[in-house]
Amino acid sequence: MDREEPPSSGQPESPGYDVYGCGPSPLGRSVSDPCQDAIATLYSFLDGELTSERRERIQYHLEECSPCFAAFGFEAELKAVIARKCRDDVPDSLRRRVAEALRAEDVPT
Amino acid sequence: MADKEHFAEQAMGYMGSLYSAALRMTRNPADAEDLVQETYLKAYRAFGTFQEGTNLKSWLYKILTNTFINTYRSRRRRPTETELDDVEDLYLYHRLGGLEAAAAGRSAEDLVLDRLTEGEVKDAVESLPDPFRLAVVLADVEGFSYKEIAEILDVPIGTVMSRLHRGRRALQKALHTYAEERRLTAPADLPS
Repeated sequence: MDREEPPSSGQPESPGYDVYGCGPSPLGRSVSDPCQDAIATLYSFLDGELTSERRERIQYHLEECSPCFAAFGFEAELKAVIARKCRDDVPDSLRRRVAEALRAEDVPT
Repeated sequence: MADKEHFAEQAMGYMGSLYSAALRMTRNPADAEDLVQETYLKAYRAFGTFQEGTNLKSWLYKILTNTFINTYRSRRRRPTETELDDVEDLYLYHRLGGLEAAAAGRSAEDLVLDRLTEGEVKDAVESLPDPFRLAVVLADVEGFSYKEIAEILDVPIGTVMSRLHRGRRALQKALHTYAEERRLTAPADLPS
């Protein structure tokens, strides 16, 4: 599978994803710590539940590590797909039932 | 204290998402309609106790969830927290990872997600045992925060996170089964 080169950071000596050795699978054999950290907090990140400091640390890693970036992109898309495809139209009969039930509550008996 | 006269204008707008959630919970339209109607009735009767300015949607969801748990869930056997198989992280992504085709700047994995039908995604969500299904619906479909879900379900935040984590992995496994059955994962089926 073709991999994109990591974006040049302007700091050639900074560790790129190759140094971390994450390979195409972030949970592959030789997983290094930054990738493990990122994957462990993936859902908290996508759910918007991280402190800004931890969020920035993950974002920094994602800029450097294209395998993790791709995995995060997939999980974000999956979350969006679940939200989009689990919608149902309310039947008119239900709207009427609820309106009638609430009206009946106010009728003195 | 909230004014009953304003109940309808404030609460009716949530019927679409409450009904969708009720369908995922009960797994059938007749029960979902009863559940939504009962939720609105209870909410209307209790509206005086609703704190104006707090989150009405999450208040309605708490009533919906409690009503579901008390009325509908008791009809079935109680699922246990350990009912799910252990599925590894990134289950679906790793299994789709070998796909070669990519079109219009989108990855092949994303194309598979696109091609899953609404029915398949709903069935996959509905296949999860109750505690996990509720957490996934509240987080992924409705976008509630962990804290809001903890309040709606009346469990600690750590429990919310563990149910979500396991529920999402089980959901990925179910989606993968559908993708396999329809051969969405076969390279030849993907547009080149």
